[in-house]
Amino acid sequence: MVAVVSNSAGQSDDAGTVDMRTNSDAEVSTIWDLLDEVKDPEIPVLSLWDLGVLRNVEKSLDKIIITITPTYSGCPAMETMRQDIESILTRSGYPNYEIRTVLSPAWTTDWMSDEGKQKLEQFGIAPPGHTKAETQTVCCPRCRSEDTLLISEYGSTACKAMYQCSQCKEAFCYFKVI
Amino acid sequence: MPDNADNNLTLQYAVRLGDDALILGHRISEWCRNGPFLEEDIALSNSALDYIGRARMFYGYAAELSGGKKTEDDFAYLRDCREYQNLLISELPKGDFAWTMARQLIMDVYYLNFLSALSESVDPNLAAIAAKAVKETKYHLRRSTDWVLRLGDGTEESHARLQKAFDEIWGYIPEIFELDELEQQLVDKGVAVNTPELQARWQEEIRGILTEATIEMPEVSWTVRGGRSGYHTEHLGHLLSELQYMQRTYPGLQW
Repeated sequence: MVAVVSNSAGQSDDAGTVDMRTNSDAEVSTIWDLLDEVKDPEIPVLSLWDLGVLRNVEKSLDKIIITITPTYSGCPAMETMRQDIESILTRSGYPNYEIRTVLSPAWTTDWMSDEGKQKLEQFGIAPPGHTKAETQTVCCPRCRSEDTLLISEYGSTACKAMYQCSQCKEAFCYFKVI
Repeated sequence: MPDNADNNLTLQYAVRLGDDALILGHRISEWCRNGPFLEEDIALSNSALDYIGRARMFYGYAAELSGGKKTEDDFAYLRDCREYQNLLISELPKGDFAWTMARQLIMDVYYLNFLSALSESVDPNLAAIAAKAVKETKYHLRRSTDWVLRLGDGTEESHARLQKAFDEIWGYIPEIFELDELEQQLVDKGVAVNTPELQARWQEEIRGILTEATIEMPEVSWTVRGGRSGYHTEHLGHLLSELQYMQRTYPGLQW
C-alpha cells in the first residue's frame, strides 16, 4: 500500500456535494460508468462510488489514473476491489491505467452516496447516519423501529456492528459511522 | 546530504511504529477462534485486522522512503528479534481475556493520544496514517473501556483476574513514554510525537476508568524496557517464528 496524500475528493463531506463525475470528458465519463460495475465483495449492492472508496478518475497523457481510498486500515476487501478494477479496465480495452491509493483525507461514511444508503437498507443493513449528527439512531431495516439494541461493536466485517430490534426481534448489521 | 539523513530517521521511525502495530495485532489475532463467545471472537479478530492494516501503512511508507530497496514484507517477514523495535508491552503473551483487555485499555488510551498528536506531524504521510488510524482507535477504546468496567465491577473472580493483569503489566508502561535519541531528533523536527508529554493525560484518563471499575492503580517498583533498542522478552522470538514461518520456509511466497 502506498501512503500518499491527496486533495482530490469526489463527494465532499460537507453539504455542498462536489460531484467530479459531471466535469469529465467522454472517455473519463465512460470509465466512471464502467467502474460502477465494481462492487464491494462483502456488500455486493454497493459500488465503489456508493461506498466512497472511488475518489477520482482522470486522464493523464496516455493513461487513466484511478484514485481510491481504503475504508478500514485492515479491510481485506480492498485488495479484491483493486483487482476487480484492474480486471474490468483491461477487459474493456483500457490497459493503460494506474491505481493510486490515498489515505488523506481519511475515508468517512459521510462519503457514502444517498443511493448507496438506500441500497444498504434494502439489503438488510442499517445505513450509517451523518458523523456530525447529535444522536445516532439505528433503525431496524426490517420493521423500521428505532427501538434497537447493540449486541456487539463489530459484525461480520470491521465496518459493521451487530444490533437486534426490540420490536420484531430481528438481528441485523449496522454500518458504523466513522 | 541532510535530506537523505532525515529520510533515514523517518524511515526508522515508521518501521518501529509498524512494529508496534504488527506485534500487538498478531497478539490480538491469537484470539481468533479462541474468543470467549462468537461476537467477541469476531470483534477481537477485527481489531487485529485494524492493527495489521496500520502496520502495513507504516511499513509501506518506510518502503517508499527506502527508495525501492525494501518492501513492506521485508520489514514484517525478514527481520529477526534484534531488529524489531516494538514496545515490549506489545509482545507479551495474550494471557486470559481480562489480561488482554487490560493491555488493550492501556494501549487504546495511549494510541488515542499518540495518534491525535501524530496527525499533527509535519510529515504529511505519517499524519495521514495517524488521522486514519485514530478513527478506528476510538472504537477500540470504547470496547476496552466497556470490558474493563464490566470485569472490574463484575464478579469476585473477574475483578481478581483484572487486578492481577494490571499489576503484572504496570512495569512495562514507563517505556511507552520515553524518547530515545532517534525520536528526540525527530521530535525536534516536528516529525515524531513527544511521548513524555502524553503521560500525565494518559495517567488521568486511566485513573478515571480504573476508579469506576473498582480497580486499584498499581504501584510497582520495577520497570522493564529495551524494545526500542532491540532488546526483547523471550516471547518475541516465539511470536516471530509463527508469524514468519511461511515466508522463511518458502521464500518469496505470495498468496
